[in-house]
Amino acid sequence: MELLMASAIGVLTAAGVYLVLRLRTFPVIIGTSLLSYAVNVFLFASGRLVVNQPPILRDGVESYTDPLPQALVLTAIVISFGMTAVAVMVALAAYLSSNDDHVDDQPAGLGPSIRGDSDRGDG
Amino acid sequence: MTHWTIAPVVLPAMMAAFMVLVLRHQPVLQRVFSFAGTVTLLVIAAALFWNASDGTVTLYQLGDWAAPFGIVLVADRLATLFVLLTALLAVLVLLYAIGSGWDMRGRHFHALYQFQLMGLMGAFLTGDAFNLFVFFEVLLIASYGLMIHGGGPERFRVGLQYVVFNLLGSTLFLFALGTIYGETGTLNMADLSQRIAEIPADRSAGIRVAAVLLIMVFAVKAALLPLHFWLPSAYSEAPAPVAALFAIMTKVGAYAIIRMYTLVFPPDLALTQGLFGAWLLPAALVSCAIGMIGVLGARGLDRLVAFSVVGSMGMLLTAVGLFTPAGISAALYYAIHSTLVTAALFLLVDIVRERRGARGSDLVAAPPFTGAALIAGLFFASAIAMAGLPPLSGFVGKLLILDAAFDDPRVWWVWAVILSSSLVAVVGFARAGSTIFWKSHAAAETERRDPELVPPLAPPVLPVIAIGGLIAALVALTVLAGPAQRFLSATSEQLFSPEAYVTEVMETPGKEITHGYEYDAELEAEAETDAGGHD
Repeated sequence: MELLMASAIGVLTAAGVYLVLRLRTFPVIIGTSLLSYAVNVFLFASGRLVVNQPPILRDGVESYTDPLPQALVLTAIVISFGMTAVAVMVALAAYLSSNDDHVDDQPAGLGPSIRGDSDRGDG
Repeated sequence: MTHWTIAPVVLPAMMAAFMVLVLRHQPVLQRVFSFAGTVTLLVIAAALFWNASDGTVTLYQLGDWAAPFGIVLVADRLATLFVLLTALLAVLVLLYAIGSGWDMRGRHFHALYQFQLMGLMGAFLTGDAFNLFVFFEVLLIASYGLMIHGGGPERFRVGLQYVVFNLLGSTLFLFALGTIYGETGTLNMADLSQRIAEIPADRSAGIRVAAVLLIMVFAVKAALLPLHFWLPSAYSEAPAPVAALFAIMTKVGAYAIIRMYTLVFPPDLALTQGLFGAWLLPAALVSCAIGMIGVLGARGLDRLVAFSVVGSMGMLLTAVGLFTPAGISAALYYAIHSTLVTAALFLLVDIVRERRGARGSDLVAAPPFTGAALIAGLFFASAIAMAGLPPLSGFVGKLLILDAAFDDPRVWWVWAVILSSSLVAVVGFARAGSTIFWKSHAAAETERRDPELVPPLAPPVLPVIAIGGLIAALVALTVLAGPAQRFLSATSEQLFSPEAYVTEVMETPGKEITHGYEYDAELEAEAETDAGGHD
């Protein structure tokens, strides 16, 4: 299970970083979402992986799963959800106001239309 | 005194919610409440500062739960110093925002402003690393709203870069916190400082990774090279009052570095020897140099000021990077100075931009505008302070940093970079100031004055009061440099002997987490008494 978790975190992070580096708003937002999934799973694993145990510390209960990372993950999920919503809105506003969905600065002298033609990859 | 510690967090939070829900359509009342709330905040901050100034560490346990399981707020000298600085800045910047009408160019300015203050205050006061993350997010999400306040294509595009950069920074922060929790099983800063000191050297890999990840996160916030790319565009495109308030945002990064790397990963900790000490100082020196070169190369006054922020953060982190008590106290002095002067400069840029019509803040000559003499005078004073010429506080701050670097083996590097970058900054500011304010008369002679291009506006009263207040604070900081320096030395001593902090946090009694529910324990005790229990 450790292998599964570790590779899941690794694959999610790699995909997230790749998408963020695409520098177009849609891939970037998907990329940051993937990164936030990766970090959520990572946080979850930081309390050690335990299966089929209650997240409760009580007298007489010898084996339990650490409840704190679960609380942290909940907080992180809520925050990343809100942040993604804000990012989507700002990206939409940026796209609608300039008709260009590049995240990076435009090279001097190239307008949005020219940028669109000389684009890299499939976009 | 008990509940006052949390007041700087709760007051703006309530104020913001109140303004969103009740005062949604009453702009005048919004202004009144926002200003009244911020002034109250300043009074509370001053009281907390006074209370902590004798070295008392005030602990606030949320819900009365004892650390490390409960969340704590801690008001010591460092935290209350930054709380007071933020509150002072907030009052003056808010005056400017109201006086210049910026707050009415979009909706919810005042609510977002209060949420931003809540995040800032929380970040300074918290004693828990995860809470630090949460307050970072609060201040960031409010800053996203403020950043794009007023709209416009360029602002949205730069705003998106800012949002994405900070989202990545937050992800990195969570990875760092997860690693720390996995290694130590706690996120309370005082508890961390005890547990990390006990980690054996052969099991230190994880915590070393976490220490470096964490300092990278704070370096992003503090715009340390090479993680500064978000700053120049964001600060020059942000609405002026927001850019001025953001002057404290880079200091949040510096604050977090100072706090975490004196308390949790102290410089003499064997585990993290040579990890960040080796490269923080060089990186800071490079960002100092790059920032000041940017000042020389900028083609607009707004970008010029934004680059001077990078340069001054480099200067500040150079002092932090020495990791000595003298270095930290010099860094704190420079942090206060740099916050005030950056804010003043951004506000001045806005006044100039508004009055030069189509030319905006470009560094080209334009016909003079009404009241230029006063604005030029204020710009002159701020530029002197920013470049670090005598007699203003920039000079004192720089002197303290140079003095603190004496015992470091890299002293020649520090001296060379700081002094030459100051020279570059002086040239950059002099060139910009003379183009904007002096060549204007020449431009007026060659060019027919178009009343539509250059609105004949006198400088409004409130903005000038706000900028004057910031510069007055700088002058006060210069005149009172002796007492300020004594206080900051005491602050830095408190940071380098964190025993009182740790004891206060860890040993103050509160509700304890028992094995099992507290309620159950009582019930069981009663049941046992009823049954004539064995003890």
